[in-house]
Amino acid sequence: MSTISVPAGTAPATTHPASTKKATNKAGKRRLPLLPALIFVIAVTQIPFLLTIYYSFQSWNLVRPGSFHFVGFQNYADVFTDSTFLGALLNTVVLTVVCVFLSLLLGLGLAILLDRKFVGRGFVRTLLITPFLILPAAGALLWKTTMFDPTYGLLHFVFGTDVDWLSQFPLAAVMAQIIWQWTPFMMLLTLAGLQSQPKDVLEAASVDGAGRWRTFVSITLPHLSRFLQLATLLGAIYIVNSFDAIFLMTQGGPGTASTNLPFYIYQRAFEGFDIGQSSAMGVVVVIITMIVATFALRLMFRAFSVDGGTK
Amino acid sequence: MTTAVSEVSGVSGRKRRYGAGSLTVVTWIVAILFVFPLLWMILTAFKQESDAYTDPPKLFFSPTFDQISGVLKGGFLPYLANSAFVTVVSTLLVLLLGIPAAYALSLAPVKKTKNALSFFLSTKMLPIVAAIIPLYVISQNTNLLDTVWALIILYTSMNLPLAIWMMRSFFLEVPGEMIEAAHIDGANLPTLLRKIIMPVVAPGVAATALICVIFSWTEFFYAVNLTAARAGTVPVFLVGFITSEGLYWAQLSAAALLASLPVMIVGWFAQNHLVRGLSMGAVK
Repeated sequence: MSTISVPAGTAPATTHPASTKKATNKAGKRRLPLLPALIFVIAVTQIPFLLTIYYSFQSWNLVRPGSFHFVGFQNYADVFTDSTFLGALLNTVVLTVVCVFLSLLLGLGLAILLDRKFVGRGFVRTLLITPFLILPAAGALLWKTTMFDPTYGLLHFVFGTDVDWLSQFPLAAVMAQIIWQWTPFMMLLTLAGLQSQPKDVLEAASVDGAGRWRTFVSITLPHLSRFLQLATLLGAIYIVNSFDAIFLMTQGGPGTASTNLPFYIYQRAFEGFDIGQSSAMGVVVVIITMIVATFALRLMFRAFSVDGGTK
Repeated sequence: MTTAVSEVSGVSGRKRRYGAGSLTVVTWIVAILFVFPLLWMILTAFKQESDAYTDPPKLFFSPTFDQISGVLKGGFLPYLANSAFVTVVSTLLVLLLGIPAAYALSLAPVKKTKNALSFFLSTKMLPIVAAIIPLYVISQNTNLLDTVWALIILYTSMNLPLAIWMMRSFFLEVPGEMIEAAHIDGANLPTLLRKIIMPVVAPGVAATALICVIFSWTEFFYAVNLTAARAGTVPVFLVGFITSEGLYWAQLSAAALLASLPVMIVGWFAQNHLVRGLSMGAVK
């Protein structure tokens, strides 16, 4: 099977002519295997989130005992007038879009290089996936020190400048690390797509005299589009939540130059002890994410034709 | 450094096109440049501190195991044990909960499969920071703060949605006739799973487990906020190096290398599983 689309008709026909009572029993029985996972995920993800919503309507600062009281939408009003929040929102969007796009592009480039037989191909692939396997925390500390250090860093040595990357270009430096971390992931997915191309179609194209570029644009890219969508969606889910790199490399600084939403909410909660405020921010972020995710999910379902497996 | 690759590398039997040789050279150069930070980390892990912190950077030095053994003696092992325990237990839990769920969403589809699938995926879209405060409060009230169990529960729910999506796509490859035949023979669900489905989906399940292992091992946010000295995992150990303002590069590199090594080795050996899992079974 070389396509993602689920073949229709894999569902066993289990509709026996039976009494309605038997049918509902059957439906209940069928749902049974799904329930443990469903209940577990609902409990662990939804209960905390509901509590977050509850906290977001309270004024609650841990440093001021007895400060817990209902304030209505005050926290939300504060969020939207908080320039740091808006800056963090912008940083989050920039970071996510740029990192997903560039790591996808780099990943595609590397995948194309790997999509041919050559000496040491297996070894090169092993090398290239390794940044995805190391701890992001390790990667972040590594870049902060051996790469970006203005005096002893490798970048200083290569470019001969004394630029202090982390204080002069903090967001770009963080993005560079995240792109490096995620490119192998994108490469693996696009390589899987490239290698699942039907060979006969490619051969037919070259017989018909289509050049490499023409073949790539007309045959390879359409075939890859599902893989690219999947890579974009999965990459975005993780990159939106980027925290390690910012926490370890810049602490959101200098000032708030490289603060993204996860880091800012963390700061307000664990350093400012302002539970009400950070909860309200959390809720706003969830609402924004949900709006974006609705579109993304729609894409995903189109790409994977979920309906195919269920009739 | 040894690698395990299942494919035969080498020059293809076809007539080599002009330029293939130079393209190979380009590929090698690009790959080495790309992973250079990592290669540098490995080198630095075997340096003395005085060799690690120089301008220009030193490529040649007399290697030493001082840093590695220093990290191992410096309280790293408890963190490693925590990481291993959390990763293994939560991955097993994901499989235990995920396999029946994937079955229910593929081979014996319940009504509203699409809704269930989108719900699972939508939980991945919830920014984790939005739940961290209640999670902290709940962990504190249930005495789970700074225990491995808090992380196990959270990592399981973190990986379960993706695992169900992946395993479902592998389950859909099981031939329907086989299942029907088993149904006619009156096989119950556990038997059906064990005898018919599992042999077919085993590689896919292995691929899914591998991805859960990678994400659990490298998880940072929950670990930093919900654990400390007692239940800290490997990333928490690394945070200890921030305070020492980069003056211990060799030691940091050794710690980073040791912290990443288990997953690195597993990932190298199971590359093809990784590709299969990530591409949701689209590629054999």
